[in-house]
Amino acid sequence: MTLIDNLVSQQWRGTYTLFKKEILRFWRVAFQTVASPVLTALLYLLIFSHVLEGHVQVYKNVPYTAFLIPGLIMMSLLQNAFANSSSSLIQSKVMGNIIFILLTPLTYLQFYIAFLAASIVRGLLVGLAIYLVAIWFVDLPIAHPLWIFAFALLGSALLGTFGIIAGIWADKFDQMAAFQNFVIMPLTFLSGVFYSIHSLPPFWQTVSKFNPFFYMIDGFRYGFFGKGDISPWISISVVVAFLFGLAWLALKMLKSGYKLRG
Amino acid sequence: MLENNTAPAIKIEQVHKRFASLHALNGIDLTINQGEFFALLGPNGAGKSTLINILAGLLKPSQGKASIMGHDVVNDYQAARMALGVVPQELVFDPFFNVREMLRFQAGYFGRGRDNDAWVDEVIESLGLTDKAYTNMRKLSGGMKRRALIAQALAHKPPVIVLDEPTAGVDVELRQMLWGFIKRLNRDGHTIILTTHYLEEAETLCERVAMMKQGEIVALDTTANLLNKLAGKNLRIKLGNAMLPTTLLPLLKSGENGVFTLALTELNQVEFVLGELRKAKAHIEDMQLFEADLEDVFMSLVGSK
Repeated sequence: MTLIDNLVSQQWRGTYTLFKKEILRFWRVAFQTVASPVLTALLYLLIFSHVLEGHVQVYKNVPYTAFLIPGLIMMSLLQNAFANSSSSLIQSKVMGNIIFILLTPLTYLQFYIAFLAASIVRGLLVGLAIYLVAIWFVDLPIAHPLWIFAFALLGSALLGTFGIIAGIWADKFDQMAAFQNFVIMPLTFLSGVFYSIHSLPPFWQTVSKFNPFFYMIDGFRYGFFGKGDISPWISISVVVAFLFGLAWLALKMLKSGYKLRG
Repeated sequence: MLENNTAPAIKIEQVHKRFASLHALNGIDLTINQGEFFALLGPNGAGKSTLINILAGLLKPSQGKASIMGHDVVNDYQAARMALGVVPQELVFDPFFNVREMLRFQAGYFGRGRDNDAWVDEVIESLGLTDKAYTNMRKLSGGMKRRALIAQALAHKPPVIVLDEPTAGVDVELRQMLWGFIKRLNRDGHTIILTTHYLEEAETLCERVAMMKQGEIVALDTTANLLNKLAGKNLRIKLGNAMLPTTLLPLLKSGENGVFTLALTELNQVEFVLGELRKAKAHIEDMQLFEADLEDVFMSLVGSK
């Protein structure tokens, strides 16, 4: 990163420094922040593929294990993008070291960009690691790489932004854990990671369509198989709309200094 | 001077801060010139930290204006914060990084790059952190963490430095070393604003003093003037065989085991004291006349006495 340090202009050095600090923060504990989610995803893959392979076929000519992998990649990517910004902010707030950032001339937009970019990097890194390990075991086609990249990028941006909101809002670790366990986890598990929503009763299919995680996972999966429960254009529209909505809220919170400045 | 700018280092005009029903700052007016070594004193809850937090942009004033080197802390906050280094009161640190990394990050947030490394090294050396430069922050002792905190505030070489209780819980040796370094910064042109509970530090170091009480400035003058105008002199007498005459009780500041300290506002009160003691046939074993200190001024203005 030394070369990049020298290339970054003074105007962007503040943002870049905060981004670099956030990257190093999770990289220093990579066993916990990268290796651990990869292992968890592989355990899901091992167990579900062992139990359901041959019993469930969601798309024609697509084995269940192959169907499962994009869902697991996206699930881990989203959870880790959320965890990066939210845990960094809550830790800094509880330990008081957020003051080191608040005392600087960084604007609220620079603050947002740096935290968001670091969340995206962690999300993509975890997703890529799971993909690279998974393709050793399963033959996974790539039908539309641009869709894959677009959903991975937008999904991690959306959850990174959601993490910033949660990190600013929460005052203690307990509140953050509640956010993770009662919002993020159910939305992820009920989004079609392990199944197609077409296998659900009509009522639950309708409910699933109110879950933004469904669109991120379905669109991401479309990139691999060229098939999905819904058109990727609808999915990307929903994801972009949610991203704009949450980004607006996060920026509003940061601009007003909500829970950060009195 | 560090910056080609003739504006006051700090200018505060009619600043109020309200927290619900609490009026924490009540119309503060204060100007601190560039190059000053200034003390902000007051008991806990007087509003010192609130005022510092407004300057640092951590709090917004409910009313009034504040500027640093001519830059408004709200409307021109980026330039204002570039000019300011704040050493917070709490011993906070980031447990993920070592001292040198933290200092470089801190300088980086202010747009400073590799060209600033020489200054970072100078700060590390001057604060006696060279041996600990690559030690993780969480492994440092309390005193070392305090040094690192001061170093962080200086990392971007700000012309105005605010130290909020920098020597709280710090041993004598470190305190001496810190003040040596801060005095050097002041000589180099940095403006220093200090809050402390160690009044002898303020008396020794600072040219001007503001004393706060319940959100207001109750005294603002040079340290010498405050001592001359308000402190007067103390007369300590040791009596061998008598109690202090009741006529002297209004002057009594403290008394224990036959040693009494009397606060005099004027030197000619010594004659009155001696006359009263003669009348009471008191035997004076020892007598000392000495200047009152800032603590006396502080107690007379903001203390509970």
